[in-house]
Amino acid sequence: MEDLTKYAVESALAAGASYADARYVRRVVERVQTNNGVVEGLTASESRGLGVRVIAEGAWGFACNSVLTPEGARETAELAVRIAKASATTRERDVALAPVEPAVAGAQTQCRQDPFDVPLEERISLLLDCDRRMAQVAQLAVREGYVSAYRETKHFASSEGADIAQERTETGAMISATAARGETQQRSYPGSHGGQVATRGWELVEELDLPGHAEELAQEATALLDAPHCSEEELDVILDGGQLALQLHESCGHPIELDRVLGTEASYAGMSFLTPEKLGTFRYGSEQVSITADATLEGGLGSFAYDDEGVPAQRTPVVEEGLFCGYLSSRETAAQQQLPGGSSGAMRADGWARLPLIRMTNVNLEPGDWALDEIIKDTKHGLLLRVNTSWSIDDHRLNFQFGTEIGYMIEDGAIVGIVRNPTYTGITPRFWGSCDAVAGAGEWVIWGVPNCGKGEPGQSAHVGHGVSAARFRNVRVGVLREGPPSEE
Amino acid sequence: MLDTQTLMDICEQVLQRSPAAETQVLVSAGTSGLTRFANSTIHQNVAESNAALSVQAVEGRRVGVARTNNTSLEGLTECVARACAIARHQVENPDFPGLAGPAEYAPVHQDFGGTPTCGPEQRAAAVAQICEVARAAGPAASGAFSTEASSLIVANSHGVRAQHVSAGAGLNVTMTGPTSAGRTTAQALRVEDVSARALAETAARKALDSADPVEVEPGEYTVVLEEDAVADLVDFLGWTGFGAKAVQEQRSFLCGRIGRRICGENVTIYDDGLDPTGFALPFDYEGVPRQRVVLVDRGIARGPVYDRTTAAKEGVPSTGHGLPPPATGGPFPLHLCLAPGDSSLEEMLASTGRGIYVTRFHYTNIVHPIRTELTGMTRDGTFLIEGGRITRGVRNLRFTQSILEALSNVELIGQAAKLVDGTRVPALKVHNFRFSGTTEF
Repeated sequence: MEDLTKYAVESALAAGASYADARYVRRVVERVQTNNGVVEGLTASESRGLGVRVIAEGAWGFACNSVLTPEGARETAELAVRIAKASATTRERDVALAPVEPAVAGAQTQCRQDPFDVPLEERISLLLDCDRRMAQVAQLAVREGYVSAYRETKHFASSEGADIAQERTETGAMISATAARGETQQRSYPGSHGGQVATRGWELVEELDLPGHAEELAQEATALLDAPHCSEEELDVILDGGQLALQLHESCGHPIELDRVLGTEASYAGMSFLTPEKLGTFRYGSEQVSITADATLEGGLGSFAYDDEGVPAQRTPVVEEGLFCGYLSSRETAAQQQLPGGSSGAMRADGWARLPLIRMTNVNLEPGDWALDEIIKDTKHGLLLRVNTSWSIDDHRLNFQFGTEIGYMIEDGAIVGIVRNPTYTGITPRFWGSCDAVAGAGEWVIWGVPNCGKGEPGQSAHVGHGVSAARFRNVRVGVLREGPPSEE
Repeated sequence: MLDTQTLMDICEQVLQRSPAAETQVLVSAGTSGLTRFANSTIHQNVAESNAALSVQAVEGRRVGVARTNNTSLEGLTECVARACAIARHQVENPDFPGLAGPAEYAPVHQDFGGTPTCGPEQRAAAVAQICEVARAAGPAASGAFSTEASSLIVANSHGVRAQHVSAGAGLNVTMTGPTSAGRTTAQALRVEDVSARALAETAARKALDSADPVEVEPGEYTVVLEEDAVADLVDFLGWTGFGAKAVQEQRSFLCGRIGRRICGENVTIYDDGLDPTGFALPFDYEGVPRQRVVLVDRGIARGPVYDRTTAAKEGVPSTGHGLPPPATGGPFPLHLCLAPGDSSLEEMLASTGRGIYVTRFHYTNIVHPIRTELTGMTRDGTFLIEGGRITRGVRNLRFTQSILEALSNVELIGQAAKLVDGTRVPALKVHNFRFSGTTEF
């Protein structure tokens, strides 16, 4: 496919483009899904095609096609140029790109054990074992499990001479238990919304030890049915794991996307309160809060070697000891804002049929120097909230509200019980400004978020967030009012 | 785009090549174009062409599914082989009822006008009109204008041969000023029926009228919800509880309530995939004819919708709402409608002493599925209603509200229903709608 991508670029230049790049992408996914002792889904999917992006007459055009022939590539390139010329009818200034040294390179995820080599029977057996363990413990309405293997092979060529081949492998897994009695309570491991996903092999699944957590999950889901409802008050909140990852994702990862800041997502995903004059001056959080975007982290779901403009993966400071200091950017937005380092290498496309947008890589809360146990012991009256169930934030990324599967009540430094249906809400900089303790590197984990949505037509990005636990003071919880007694 | 006959030939080749006891193939092919604009200029402009197929191989009650978009002979052969190999590795699924038998499908006659041939130049010309309105009015225009045309075939080894051609156009326009924004949308089968200039003028007026918004306290308000906001709420009912699998798994708000009142008697919700004015589809992804299903009849729960697996568990017929295999989420209603009433927006406003006018919601999400409690933000045109008229813009509000409770508090229902992302709904006036927070803009 290397020749086809180069031919597409040449065809675009011949049709009148001043810049062109082409991406061939082949994506293969295998997924096993179980439900109440039944293998509900056992699927293998493949999708491949060519996407061509051009600048012609100072404007962008993009076309893509699953017909992988020289004629198909040429027609796609010519259509992209035609589209760019149509775009040019409304342009007010020509697209300009920050420079990048064109790379000729190859890269591949390193796995100890290729997930595609694991026999299907073994993957099925693992999930059914979890199912049996959950079923033995409790009468559950639903017992679910899934494992996935994903591989993306990509070839990128540009009219500037870039020629990059990459192959990424991802593995994911999750189990969940749902108890029902008038209402439902769910517990998931290692997290919800896809569980844990990483650019690693089957060794991830073995490390997660799904069967070892199945019984506890079932017990907690059942116990939650009788737990008190999370009442409305202000108290200290400790977030860890996937919930803190999602908090970071929604309230930092998205508002630092420079395309949002500059208004290009105004009609859909929204804009950002982190407007350009705030760079370097705005206090985003407390001094305990330092955040980076890093596409170089081994195993991170948001890791790669080169982005979809051929810019090398890099680490970008975003917040340093509370001060906002960096964006995720592209070649175009870096040129527009005259960013000294050029693009931060954050342009990523969802497969061959989408053009690249500025997306998160791995956006991480840098570790502090506490331990979670110490934070709990130091908390007089609070809640430890785990595993997301509900998430919502306004279109400038300020007012947010989250719900989690479970809340652990903390009184005088000890966990004293659980609450059901916990919710919390806040305003982003006030919330991060209240952060007064962050756990250390020994407890830091990169959580995968495989379903980050953006763009029209819609795209889904695989991103990561490295976090350890953190505490936030005086947070409003219990937004969901207690309802009438459940009908059984 | 591959024509329907070519797609049917692909299906026949797959069925001939499959050694499985039962085989189903879904083939879809389409072209689409989307012209996106922001800051009153086109900044992303795309076109896609793709054909994809899914092969479901069945051996007894062992089911394997493989998908590809490689429609060459080699690609089809590999896909069939993969599906059969997966089926062999499978364990028996006692709930699998087998593939559907042949059926007759209700004809749906639709006029797509110039939609299938609408190109980038035509879309760009429409966007140019929008940008012209923006430059004259002041706010910056953003949005997306899309057109698409596609074919779908479902065929299986029992003789199912279902085919359908569809097309559609959609335009959303947001006008953003220094302190406010306004938005409107349109969807149609015929691209000729989408008026870019009219939409732009409406969005611009909303942005200008909501400038310098005031803050209002959270609390319960009477609200007038435009159609886009109503569609958001109704869609969530569809995703969380109108499918039979959610009911059978005790996760639906319908559990224990079918035949009982769940909302106001002025509310009727149904699913109708045969409506020729919408994005009709006369069959589901199992090749079963799609039925019109009344989900809520004057406030009384009736529904849910079924696929073959959930129907077999209860000994009832499928309603034709199966999704592409393996359909692990169960059946879903894809063509929801909330029946219109007899009120105009003007009547809703005139009858409101104090309330909030909502253009649309943003980032809505479920908080409690059994209580149908949702949260989300208002956006792009939120106004204070005082003394029967819109007086000024307000800062956006967060709501945390049960949908069924809201639908029990409906005072007036709009007389015109609008198509919003495939769901057809009117505007509503609702009392005691709970806003739980505010934001800073």
